[in-house]
Amino acid sequence: MIRVEELVKRYRSAKQNAVDGITFDVGAGEFFALLGPNGAGKTTTISILTTTLAPTSGRAFIDGHDIVADASTVRRSVGIIFQKASLDLNLTGEENVRLHAVLYGLYAYAPSYRLMSDAYRRQLQELAALVGLEREIRAPVRTLSGGMRRKLEIVRSLMHRPKVLFLDEPTAGLDPPSRRTLWEHLTTVRREAATTIFLTTHYLEEAEQADRILVIDHGRVVAQGSPASLKADLAREWLVIDADDRAGLRAELAALAIRFSGDGPFQVVAAGAAVHPVLRSIATPLTSVHIHAPSLEDAYLDIVSRTADE
Amino acid sequence: MSELSAVLVIAHRDFIKLLRDRARLVSDFVFPLLLIGLLGPALQAGFGSPDGLDLTTFVFTGVLAQTVWQSAAQGVISLIADRDEDFSQEMFVSPISRYSIVAGKIIGESLVALPQAIAIIGFGLLLRVPMSIPTLVAVGVTIPIIAVFGASFGILVLSNLSNQRQVNQIFPFVMLPQFFLAGVFTPVENLPPFLAILSRLTPMRYAVDLVRNAYYFFQPSDVPATAATAPENLTVIAALFSIFIVVGTARFVRSERNR
Repeated sequence: MIRVEELVKRYRSAKQNAVDGITFDVGAGEFFALLGPNGAGKTTTISILTTTLAPTSGRAFIDGHDIVADASTVRRSVGIIFQKASLDLNLTGEENVRLHAVLYGLYAYAPSYRLMSDAYRRQLQELAALVGLEREIRAPVRTLSGGMRRKLEIVRSLMHRPKVLFLDEPTAGLDPPSRRTLWEHLTTVRREAATTIFLTTHYLEEAEQADRILVIDHGRVVAQGSPASLKADLAREWLVIDADDRAGLRAELAALAIRFSGDGPFQVVAAGAAVHPVLRSIATPLTSVHIHAPSLEDAYLDIVSRTADE
Repeated sequence: MSELSAVLVIAHRDFIKLLRDRARLVSDFVFPLLLIGLLGPALQAGFGSPDGLDLTTFVFTGVLAQTVWQSAAQGVISLIADRDEDFSQEMFVSPISRYSIVAGKIIGESLVALPQAIAIIGFGLLLRVPMSIPTLVAVGVTIPIIAVFGASFGILVLSNLSNQRQVNQIFPFVMLPQFFLAGVFTPVENLPPFLAILSRLTPMRYAVDLVRNAYYFFQPSDVPATAATAPENLTVIAALFSIFIVVGTARFVRSERNR
């Protein structure tokens, strides 16, 4: 669905490339997450893929269409939720959506909602219902909360049934309940419309749901794979155990030649099937046992700090 | 068809914005009325009627043209405010051509200038500026022409500025001298040579003079109130319009993508 080949972008008057030769592809219907620290080149990448910014070199295709040579077709097949809300505050929610629908050539223009075609009104109501915005859709945007504005942007971006939906930090600045409901709606949207989703985010738990993750830093790809494989790469699962008799436990671990660290609780490097033999060999009564599995956040921080060290 | 619809919806948006933006509504209407209501009579009282020229009428026609022309220019430049408020990306990511966006903006802002023209003419009638039906019709014909001309000037200015701060700082320098060089308040015939040259280079001058061509054709003044004939003004306007549109649009479209 998306193919990116050796993409490079250097802004005018910049000394370094904002995007520095990245290559990747995204399959149809995939939920793809692009991660990276601030200034890594995420928004630049999205801007190029959505044709609002010209690349310096390299090529990219959306659904087989070249983003430079065939920009107009590409624009028709992508929807985008920008990092900063791009709504006209002087208009109502519906007027913002109508502007979009007409710009995309979906419906003929009419100066009022009543005069727009039945098909338009039906689609609007359906999408508004999908994100739970039926009541507010015709209210002035100025009166809507941040979460509602985001939902309005989702309604708008889905009007032209895009094949790929780009979400550039869609939940930045939202409170936790709004974030959660927004994701519930996005999940529904994804299930019902089978849209390919291209996400950038700072919230790692959001990327955890992705089929595949690409981590970029300083404009380069530093890691890619499924959330599980990125965590596995980190491979730092360990066992945390503790006992009332910490001295006894320490002596026993040493006698058994089990590698450990800490002064209680003790961290023992053991993962998967290796956990059970370790536990069985310990005679000292344990008071707590848990397995620390690295989160995607651990993996991400590890990847990014590795590139910073280089 | 869809490009035409797109042009219409962009124009419609500008018109709605005018109606809903109270502060702008007030400033758009009150400022010209102050100029006509206070400046015209004040000049008249201070200088009398130089060579028999009625200054209230002269300032009225000047401000009418200046307001329409400037409003359209300023409206088009609001594309920069859209960019600062992140709204323009919604338009630029849509599949319509950049030229349709510019066309929609020009038509929309020209439409926005029309109610202002009507208000100013109504105010002129209250001040007993002589106006017959043929005068109104003739002046009415010139208004859309100068509105579109003003909007094209807006595109040219727009293409050379990158943010709202620059607009706020530079726009007054682009506009204020034109008030005087275009002859909005006083005739430009007897200017000293270097000002006369600057005056001829002032785009607004031709908009102002065209409106006066129409007005004074039906309400002849004892003294010449216009600097050139209507065909001359129209020729210059057509030439400048073409240059502004071509250069402005090309520069604007390029600067949006090649950052």
